[in-house]
Amino acid sequence: MYISHSSLSLLPSAPAIQIRFILIQNRAGKTRLAKWYMQFDDDEKQKLIEEVHAVVTVRDAKHTNFVEVRQKDLLDAMSFRNFKIIYRRYAGLYFCICVDVTDNNLAYLEGIHNFVEVLNEYFHNVCELDLVFNFYKVYTVVDEMFLAGEIRETSQTKVLKQLLMLQSLE
Amino acid sequence: MPAVSKGDGMRGLAVFISDIRNCKSKEAEIKRINKELANIRSKFKGDKALDGYSKKKYVCKLLFIFLLGHDIDFGHMEAVNLLSSNKYTEKQIGYLFISVLVNSNSELIRLINNAIKNDLSSRNPTFMCLALHCIANVGSREMAEAFAGEIPRILVAGDTMDSVKQSAALCLLRLYKASPDLVLMGEWTSRVVHLLNDQHMGVVTAAISLITCLSSKNPDEFKTCVSLAVSRLSRIVSSASTDLQDYTYYFVPAPWLSCKLLRLLQCYPPPEDGAVKGRLVECLETILNKAQEPPKSKKVQHSNAKNAILFEAISLIIHYDSEPNLLVRACNQLGQFLQHRETNLRYLALESMCTLASSEFSHEAVKTHIETVINALKTERDVSVRQRAADLLYAMCDRSNAKQIVAEMLSYLETADYSIREEMVLKVAILAEKYAVDYSWYVDTILNLIRIAGDYVSEEVWYRVIQIVINRDDVQGYAAKTVFEALQAPACHENMVKVGGYILGEFGNLIAGDPRSSPLVQFNLLHSKFHLCSVPTRALLLSAYIKFINLFPETKATIQEVLRSDSQIRNSDVELQQRAVEYLKLSSIASTDVLATVLEEMPPFPERESSILAKLKKKKGPGAVSVELEDGKERGELNGGGDRGGDAAIAASNASTPSPSADLLGLRSAAPVSGAAPSAGSLLVDVFSEAGPAASSAGVNDDGFLSALHAPEASDSPLVEGPGDSDSAPPSAASEDPAPPLPESDELLNKFVCKNNGVLFENQLLQIGIKSEYRQNLGRMYLFYGNKTSVQFVSFSTTVSCPGELQSQLNVQTKTVEPLVEGGAQVQQVINIECLTDFIDAPLLNIKFRYGGALQNISLKLPVTINKFFQPTEMAAADFFQRWKQLSQPQQEAQKIFKASHGMDTEVLKAKLLGLGTALLENVDPNPENYVCAGVIQTKAQQVGCLLRLEPNAQAQMYRLTLRSSKDTVSQRVCDLLAEQF
Repeated sequence: MYISHSSLSLLPSAPAIQIRFILIQNRAGKTRLAKWYMQFDDDEKQKLIEEVHAVVTVRDAKHTNFVEVRQKDLLDAMSFRNFKIIYRRYAGLYFCICVDVTDNNLAYLEGIHNFVEVLNEYFHNVCELDLVFNFYKVYTVVDEMFLAGEIRETSQTKVLKQLLMLQSLE
Repeated sequence: MPAVSKGDGMRGLAVFISDIRNCKSKEAEIKRINKELANIRSKFKGDKALDGYSKKKYVCKLLFIFLLGHDIDFGHMEAVNLLSSNKYTEKQIGYLFISVLVNSNSELIRLINNAIKNDLSSRNPTFMCLALHCIANVGSREMAEAFAGEIPRILVAGDTMDSVKQSAALCLLRLYKASPDLVLMGEWTSRVVHLLNDQHMGVVTAAISLITCLSSKNPDEFKTCVSLAVSRLSRIVSSASTDLQDYTYYFVPAPWLSCKLLRLLQCYPPPEDGAVKGRLVECLETILNKAQEPPKSKKVQHSNAKNAILFEAISLIIHYDSEPNLLVRACNQLGQFLQHRETNLRYLALESMCTLASSEFSHEAVKTHIETVINALKTERDVSVRQRAADLLYAMCDRSNAKQIVAEMLSYLETADYSIREEMVLKVAILAEKYAVDYSWYVDTILNLIRIAGDYVSEEVWYRVIQIVINRDDVQGYAAKTVFEALQAPACHENMVKVGGYILGEFGNLIAGDPRSSPLVQFNLLHSKFHLCSVPTRALLLSAYIKFINLFPETKATIQEVLRSDSQIRNSDVELQQRAVEYLKLSSIASTDVLATVLEEMPPFPERESSILAKLKKKKGPGAVSVELEDGKERGELNGGGDRGGDAAIAASNASTPSPSADLLGLRSAAPVSGAAPSAGSLLVDVFSEAGPAASSAGVNDDGFLSALHAPEASDSPLVEGPGDSDSAPPSAASEDPAPPLPESDELLNKFVCKNNGVLFENQLLQIGIKSEYRQNLGRMYLFYGNKTSVQFVSFSTTVSCPGELQSQLNVQTKTVEPLVEGGAQVQQVINIECLTDFIDAPLLNIKFRYGGALQNISLKLPVTINKFFQPTEMAAADFFQRWKQLSQPQQEAQKIFKASHGMDTEVLKAKLLGLGTALLENVDPNPENYVCAGVIQTKAQQVGCLLRLEPNAQAQMYRLTLRSSKDTVSQRVCDLLAEQF
């Protein structure tokens, strides 16, 4: 599946920022979390959100968990591969991470799962509504695990311990 | 662990969110939001000072409204106030608001920075992390200016908490990426590298991202990280699945850290230290071994984590490309994945194998999976998997399997997704041309391509088939017969009509003997398509008709009648009308002789012979090939000659090309698949970059059919023959033949591509300095010969010569020098150079003298390169793009992908590009990391406009260089020259 002529082509190619953005969307396309690791203006963000929704929701279990983005290059008639979206669906929610095309697909796919397991533990059987009502806490969870577009901490125990500590500070 | 209940702590927020969720329509939602905004505004403006809790609640509501997609134009100040609260929850909401609604309002930034500063020095790890996360999320220049000095200190301080270190490392990374000039690592380098040894795995995980980024920009300064990374990796890989406790994920020890370590190692060549290398190879073998072990869990998480490491290890193995054993093992492992039930694994295996195919060590191993890959192309449900399969087939194609692969790709094309058809068509065309052993196969393939996917066949593809047919007498009959048959289809693609019109116009006579394809039948067939075609095709057909009049006088009356009809001679299109009128007149006025001369068969497109074919001809004698040509050209008696011609062609090519590397196009095999040596996973790796040289030698240039087809000529060409005669050369004083050029002379030449002055050569006796200046197509060079000894040189003489073709390309005049050079003295020689047309080789400078009785005989290349005749051209972005697009024929482009051999410093790059002689254009390329340049090469014969684009990839330490000019030889030469400079 390729997105061409899309606003995803606005993404510059270098210097490499591993994660461009993390999106959590439901099947209807409502955004439950949008974490941007690059500068986009509001219109671009909106377009990206819509396009990601359009490409991931049409895919099923026989498809890969990776969607490559072909960047149209002004100077290069042959568009070339630059970005990919690695996503996984949990019930009605799509967790999507946009990374560089050279990045390790499976590492990010499991990065998503690791994140979901932390959310699940933190919110005790997380559901979509938890993310809606506690959106400001979800950002904290993200920042503990991903920072500056990179993986910051992978140990669920350590992250949960830290979140618990922060929770006690309320 | 306490469950987090709905919006606990902020009831008002939860109510508001519920209200919004209950809104039945967009209008109702907007109404509710406006009400809330008015409420918050009045609270903020009110006389009563708000307590921290209320402020937090309202700011959080504003944030929620913003995230719903509504503009927020107030509340920033209140958010900034929250930063200085000493309650965590209030501070957190303040920072979150700032991070999400980044505002470069300078006054606020000052306040924000102040609050951050306070938190950073608070020694409270929670607050420090909040502040660091805010910097990492915003990453503005102002923040870099304020904190780039402080953060490294926090990162390496002994008393910093682990969690703060993690945040500080990534915060610094963000600032470095945004403002590299402000982050000075110098004194911290070694302590940062040693974070790889930190006992907290989270610190290592965070720090390694920073180190990888810094290493890719300054590999030398950070190279001590290699041995540290290897030992860290080794410890993880050899640990049992439970050793690492918190960092074990589904029985896999530290998968993400392992991947990051393997990726860091990809910034470097294989370790030089034998022990380190041995340890690393051991790690890689262990990882490969583990892939064969039975899984410790059935969960997909387990196998994904394990395979994430495996694929990263394979990337490293491919990156090194030096361990045949590991490469083949990697290939076998991927081969197993090709049939795995997980689509993800099949996809990744296809992708990874694509890069393995270009390694000489694993190419053959990859080829053994051809049937599986073909099957994937046919049966995979996910188009992106099929795409990878097509990519892999393309990458594994060579002479031995080309026919099978091209056939499979063609049949896939019939059902291929529209999104990838164009690319598939180009791939098929490239492979067909590159690996054709007989031309009839090539012609069949391209015609099939047009039949199956005519809309996706670009001009260069059908130009190319015509060029080849024109140049190869042995395929002309076959081509004529094949297009004739193809045109019988009731609906055929316009591109087919074009090829048909052209080929029948030239070679229709070769099949005219058969009554089923008599001249009139041919004409009627073509003309039946005429009305369905666009203007350019009709114009082409009109030209074919006039050619018919010459080929077949019996069709003259019919064709003249067609030309005379109102729809032609009064056609509203000027071009068509003009052709009709002129062709009609030409056919009625001109005598048969004149007609035959004017409408003579197209001459072959000039092309360069491959060295192997030339050798073959020499062996067989010059007559061998041309006799067959004569046969093919005899007209009239060729009843059914198409078949014969075709058979003869096959026979001839089979006979004359026993070598597997015989080259259909007479081009050098300039496109070795492995030539691009892409580093694993590099951004620059794209399919067509590999095929670049092949693509750029295919197709035609501006002049359409009349274009010349020059093979890119390597600069190492026949200097062994020695310098040729040169009128301008002074009589040689010494009788000995000039020495062959020094082995290093190419290197010396490369030194001067981007500069005009310097020392060209130096040994113990002699130093040669150069000063040169160029204006338009003229140059003047001053050579300074310095005698480094205290003894005089006698019989000192110098000769400048232009070997081979160069004689007609450059006009070089020298003045003789005095035959005596005293010890310690320097003599000067002036050389005037005129560039007549573009050239590749450099003139040779031969110096002879006697020193203490011994004859010294030195030959060098004079650093006169085509780029010296550049005139810089400034142009705006729009002009550049327009010009770039105009130069879109594949052969006008030359492209190289290569490893950086020097640093990738911006200023140095700029200086070199300016030194090349072109204008460096700012603000043209949408990506500021890239460079684009423009210039015109001035020769006496013509001016050649030249555009250049250089795309550095700092991470992979590679460049992609693309040259476009109106002349293929120029593109190629400038590209070759420049590629040596970085």
